[in-house]
Amino acid sequence: MTTLPYSSPPTELNYLNVRYTLASWLLSVDHKRIAILYLLTITFFFALGGIFAVLIRMDLATPSPDLVTSETYNKLFTMHGVAMVFFFLIPGVPAVFGNFLVPMMIGARDLAFPRLNLLSWYIFATGGLFTLTSMVLGGVDTGWTFYTPYSSTYANTHVISAALGIFLTGFSSILTGLNFLVTIHTMRAPGMTWFKMPLFIWAHYATSIIILLGTPVVAIAIVLVFIERVFRIGIFDPALGGDPILFQHLFWFYSHPAVYIMILPSMGIVSELVTCFSRRRIFGYKFVAMSSVLIAVIGFLVWGHHMFVSGQGMYASLVFSYLSFFVAIPSAVKVFNWTATLYKGSISYHAPMLYVFGFVGLFTIGGLTGLFLANLGLDVHVHDTYFVVAHFHYIMVGGVIMAYMGGLHFWWPKMTGRLYSEGWARLGALIIFVGFNLTFFPQFLLGYLGMPRRYHYYPEEFQVLNVMSSAGATILGVGYLIPIVYLVWSLRWGPVAGPNPWGAKGLEWQTSSPPPTENFETTPVVTEEPYAYEEDAEVAVAH
Amino acid sequence: MRIPNPILLDFRLVPEDASTIAARTDALYAFLVAVAVFFSALVFILVTVFAVKYRRRPGVKAAPTGHGHLLLEVTWIVIPFILVMIMFVWGAKLFIRIRQPPPDAMEINVVARQWMWKLQHPNGRREINELHVPAGVPVRLRMVSEDVIHSFYVPAFRLKQDVLPGTYMSLWFEPTKPGEYHLFCAEYCGMEHAGMKGRVVVMEPEEYQKWLTAGPPVQSMADAGRELFVTRAGCQSCHSPTSGGRGPDLAGVYGRRRELNDGRSVLADESYLRESILRPDSHLLAGYGDRSLMPPYLGQLSEDDVIQLIAYIKSLPRNGAARADAASVRDQAPPAPAATRPAES
Repeated sequence: MTTLPYSSPPTELNYLNVRYTLASWLLSVDHKRIAILYLLTITFFFALGGIFAVLIRMDLATPSPDLVTSETYNKLFTMHGVAMVFFFLIPGVPAVFGNFLVPMMIGARDLAFPRLNLLSWYIFATGGLFTLTSMVLGGVDTGWTFYTPYSSTYANTHVISAALGIFLTGFSSILTGLNFLVTIHTMRAPGMTWFKMPLFIWAHYATSIIILLGTPVVAIAIVLVFIERVFRIGIFDPALGGDPILFQHLFWFYSHPAVYIMILPSMGIVSELVTCFSRRRIFGYKFVAMSSVLIAVIGFLVWGHHMFVSGQGMYASLVFSYLSFFVAIPSAVKVFNWTATLYKGSISYHAPMLYVFGFVGLFTIGGLTGLFLANLGLDVHVHDTYFVVAHFHYIMVGGVIMAYMGGLHFWWPKMTGRLYSEGWARLGALIIFVGFNLTFFPQFLLGYLGMPRRYHYYPEEFQVLNVMSSAGATILGVGYLIPIVYLVWSLRWGPVAGPNPWGAKGLEWQTSSPPPTENFETTPVVTEEPYAYEEDAEVAVAH
Repeated sequence: MRIPNPILLDFRLVPEDASTIAARTDALYAFLVAVAVFFSALVFILVTVFAVKYRRRPGVKAAPTGHGHLLLEVTWIVIPFILVMIMFVWGAKLFIRIRQPPPDAMEINVVARQWMWKLQHPNGRREINELHVPAGVPVRLRMVSEDVIHSFYVPAFRLKQDVLPGTYMSLWFEPTKPGEYHLFCAEYCGMEHAGMKGRVVVMEPEEYQKWLTAGPPVQSMADAGRELFVTRAGCQSCHSPTSGGRGPDLAGVYGRRRELNDGRSVLADESYLRESILRPDSHLLAGYGDRSLMPPYLGQLSEDDVIQLIAYIKSLPRNGAARADAASVRDQAPPAPAATRPAES
């Protein structure tokens, strides 16, 4: 059992073994090390949010309130949402893979502002500590949406520290977005013109624009809640002369585009993976690239679709519905182009590719069910029911986490220099896919049957579907535990990956694994278009 | 002997259908499900077929992608675009129907608070967490919250509307089928959000009439409002033809346009009347100076009181002739509002 082959670590200096002290990590301005800091931090929050989810699903297995009190239940779904949305999904792909890969993919040594990058992690960690403090002190129960006047006047929980944490975290997003924009504009390697950039870079470019324009607005909304709660100045609470709908406008002006902050970089990952594992150039490169930009732009014009029954005027709702349907088009364009990329490819079923298949399927369902919610007449019925919960979990978990896991498996050899067990990885991907669908598909049915979200207990007729969902969550939980085991295992016992185990085309693969601190020995010169797999002779791929 | 299957006994995919809107919503839902199933199946089948057919084989290379295919791109932009535009128009038409109550709808008042629904019928009959309505008659709910945002949701009607503090929201429906249906609060409103539910009881119209008049006799809303107007709230002393013009005469105000002293003209609907009672300075009438003589009633009158007052104001005939009998109820000096109402929790 213990005689596993121990692969000797690479002997040349790389970003991991250049120094081993704690200070060399905490004071590092190397984008790759900062990416690892982010990876550890957000994994912690993902685990935390996951534990909250487990408790929620356990309680919902029966119609009666049994496991926890209603007060605790409300805190659980709030903290699940806060941890997952603000501390895992939004920073997830950009802060980990974006940080690691944006400079490498464009042939740069680092981001444009390395110290600002480190600062952004410190701000993120500080924000996380504030929010954690509110959880330790007893939690917050407003829902991750912080609707007023409940959050500003009525809630007796730790709203201020939780909101302050989110406020701070926003600045870390802004700094990261700014860093990406400047880096992409000014630090591309010679020959890498805009339309020779990998689609992952286009996706991060579009995401950065959303982060810069949207995040300040949610920061303002949080400050206003703070002012109303602490100083009792009427902004949102009608009892003080305020307007509760104003908060919803400010909140969703950021928080709807925030969904695109999550999904666009994930789509970038999918474009990298689908080409590599089908050995083909991406189908419709410019359409895929421009659809990211279009999603970013239209994404700012649709926030009112969260407010069709909130008291928003009828004509405003008509306009928001109309514009919301437009977002469907660039999303559909991406799905069709990925599918067309598979056509006549040479497709392998490595674990990252299994996650891509999962992503395409689940994102398709998530996107199509979004049409139900953009639809005015139908939304009146399904708004604030489990239909919404199912829809956004298909996008956020089925989409973003599938892509995140795909990316993690794809770039793990680059980040650590080691390969993991392919068999276990495929099994994990399969279990996650099955568990995910069993958890969330029944929730579509629950929603149309009329079960409202955020209900601690529910009428008995909803139990069968809730039990299915809870059973699925158990499987999903197991699916997430498996990768933790074999990925940690691979750090010591995994086979040495070599510079390019997938035979991939991106610049990040043209240097050793793990890369040296300066990324490239000499600045690469780009002559090929991205994804020039077809020019290759047959590629030998590890295992 | 047939053994009932406890799991599949009552398995359904759509809730009961009990309003004139429900069948329309279900038809739209069916269309969207069809589109969603078609495109999901298309993508799943293509991905599966490609993944199997073009799996990696030794010696077989991928065919070059080339540089895209404009016709294909245009096709998969145009077809989804047409489909989503159909969805938009269909959904918008349904939404406009949902938002436009028939003018003859019967009115019922709803006051929401953490964590209960308080309802009142025009004849004054009140109920809590239950709403009795006649089948086949359009009903319009006038809803307001006393604290946070709630949402009035009846899945069998396929309808919901958020209920806000500080302003009236309305929701109309026409029940079609007698029976009992879930009433849920759909907007998270604090600790017992999941307990803020009740039932809607749809009855045959004659049953409803019987139900309405059963129980102890109650004051109609307009009568209760008149009593408030004259006594406790003390509106009478300024708002009457004999009060020397200190306040505008309120007969026939409802539904009329009002000229404000900042030059705007607003429709005197229920929300306008509510604001004018609670915060008189918010709508200063032209010709009545720059400050209101009237004390604000915010915090002095409950939402329920305001609803009764509005019911009374709406009941006043346009010529103001009915004022005399109101004045005769009791004529007394208006007490300071703060003293009139004990603090209500």
